[in-house]
Amino acid sequence: MWSLANITNSIHEALNNQFSAGWALFFEMLMAGIAVISLFAILGLVLVLMERKVSAWMQIRLGPNRVGPKGMLQSFADTLKLLVKEGLTPGGADKFLFNFAPVLAIIVAMLLMAPIAFAKDFQLWNLNIGVLYVSAISSVSVISILMAGWASNNKYSLMGAMRSGAQIVSYELSAGLAILSVVVLTGSLSLNDIILSQQNGWWIFKGHLPVLIAFVLFMIAVTAETNRAPFDLAEAESELTAGFHTEYSGMKFALFFLAEYVNVFIVCCIGATLFLGGWMPFHIGNWQQFNHIMDYIPSSIWFMGKTFFLIFLIMWFRWTFPRLRIDQLLTLEWKYLLPIGMINLLVVAAMAIGGWHF
Amino acid sequence: MFEEIGTTTDGDLIINVGPQHPATHGVLHLVITLNGETIRKVEPHLGYIHRSIEKMCESLTYRQFIYVTSRMDYLSSHINNHACAMCVEKGLQIEVPERAKVIRILLDELTRIASHELWWGAMAMDLGAFTPFFHAFRERESINDIMEETCGARLTMNFIVPGGLMADIHPNFQKRVKDFIRLYKSKFEEYNEMVTGNVIFRNRMEGVGYLSKADAISFGCTGPTARGSGVSCDVRKWFPYEGYEKIAFDEVIETGGDSLSRYMVRVREMNQSIRIIEQLIDAIPEGEYQAKTKAVLKLPKGEFYSRVETARGEFGVYIVSEGGTTPYRIKFRSPGFSNLSALDQMARGSKLGDLVAMMGTLDLVIPDIDR
Repeated sequence: MWSLANITNSIHEALNNQFSAGWALFFEMLMAGIAVISLFAILGLVLVLMERKVSAWMQIRLGPNRVGPKGMLQSFADTLKLLVKEGLTPGGADKFLFNFAPVLAIIVAMLLMAPIAFAKDFQLWNLNIGVLYVSAISSVSVISILMAGWASNNKYSLMGAMRSGAQIVSYELSAGLAILSVVVLTGSLSLNDIILSQQNGWWIFKGHLPVLIAFVLFMIAVTAETNRAPFDLAEAESELTAGFHTEYSGMKFALFFLAEYVNVFIVCCIGATLFLGGWMPFHIGNWQQFNHIMDYIPSSIWFMGKTFFLIFLIMWFRWTFPRLRIDQLLTLEWKYLLPIGMINLLVVAAMAIGGWHF
Repeated sequence: MFEEIGTTTDGDLIINVGPQHPATHGVLHLVITLNGETIRKVEPHLGYIHRSIEKMCESLTYRQFIYVTSRMDYLSSHINNHACAMCVEKGLQIEVPERAKVIRILLDELTRIASHELWWGAMAMDLGAFTPFFHAFRERESINDIMEETCGARLTMNFIVPGGLMADIHPNFQKRVKDFIRLYKSKFEEYNEMVTGNVIFRNRMEGVGYLSKADAISFGCTGPTARGSGVSCDVRKWFPYEGYEKIAFDEVIETGGDSLSRYMVRVREMNQSIRIIEQLIDAIPEGEYQAKTKAVLKLPKGEFYSRVETARGEFGVYIVSEGGTTPYRIKFRSPGFSNLSALDQMARGSKLGDLVAMMGTLDLVIPDIDR
């Protein structure tokens, strides 16, 4: 059957025939790096356009429709504009931290790409502690936001950064507990193993109600972790103008913007991997004909379909809900989501020991 | 230097919201003293859009000065025009034809709905929900289309003049207003579902920005701001003009005094406006749309005052005449100014995010405050 793995394997063989093993590995790494960077750029363009089109659709208007067919090149035009704009550094700002913060944000987002399986046998780094790696690295993103807020020497930025610090650190716990429930059921931290464990059914179907609760908790927590509405207190444009990136302009602003969207993509990848079976096709029990048809859809399309469904969900949140207040945000996490997540984890653990899932 | 500005001796943080800030919907400047996220004090600074309209009016004739008043509270320009025209008519003792009176009320109520629609969208936007803004504008557009057809303008209409109306209504007016009522009624439930019933929205509004009844009176608040605190102050009920006494409608009063009460007053007021329009739209009497007036109006020596209920509260016009063709002195009592003065009282002790919501519920139009 056709798979992206065929292409990667043939490249691997061709390189190994041509060069020594060391050089072949070097070239493969180089290609992987270029692939990640180009995926990054394309993701930014696609997701920004998607957000604008989705919001336009919900707000009974047309959205971008001038540049290119149906406005599809709008993001390119935006990028070009941001590239030629001057990147200002305000006087009184800490120059090094101010300029380093957006770069750090982008580095974190890029590192998170490594362990994700985009299709069958198509994974940059099959890490045996993939889930732990993702949780650990994504925590670093808060440092870039705090850095940006502090270095800007602007009160709005500082307040946005402090809000964001409180928010991300709190919601990481819920996200972690939700992720842990699937890890407990699978017994593995490797993203690949988690996907393979869902061969005969996705966890969201196999795990009964507790996994469904974990999924809802996960979606709420990652929405908050990526600073998306209704939890976008770090930006809160009606209160803090633009929050932590008030002072950023040009490409420095664009890097934050890009990092935000790529983070949304990555958390949706993780969500799709843990709860919706990653690249595993949808199967119904022993209905052979249906399962065969589903198998013919390439695994990359399955994965991207699930991921973009979750991204759409997050965009839907943004364009529907009003923003929470900072104390309500923290109350929601510490008084509701965290206790629910803990009890839920216990139930999942009992379920895993008893083998009560399918 | 830098460190000293921006903090108080107690270590509180002072931030400037405005004059250019997305929350203020105009060029209002608020100096806010913050302790962490908690508000200690709010100090509004005015004057950024002062155009000295009152002074300008002194050199304009009684026919001309009405055009300037459209530029004060631009969201209820009809009602402003109405107040000024009424004041001049009072001075000259002009009897306005019945047809003109009914059309004036219809236009006033349409304006009120349009203004509340815009407020509703902007209110949700202040809380971070963008979508309602566009939905509100869909309905507001259809009112603007009706206005455009009849008055020739969409924002500053200048349609109500001393003696009656500038022109007769467009033949399509009645049909299009009925279409609008149908559209509004079909969308009202959607509004309630999307915003009023939303749990986040209610949490943000309930118990926030409390203004007691006594405070509302002592700050001189009028309109929905005062009625949200349980003060009965609808000019249309207390000092009926143009035949409001003959129309069946309720004065909407909520007793909560918080942001949600002020919100609910405005939402329910839109329904009352629809009720008024429904009663009048088929009962527009035939006849003249304008009384016979002289080409040059000369008010007798004396002082004249008239008041109306705009979408934001009580709007008063006070004319002092020396008997000439231009007023000696004009004073406008704008609702936004007194409503804004209550902001400090409301905001103390609440979070920065709530300040934006409170300003939303006050429905501030800055050119109305500054004039």
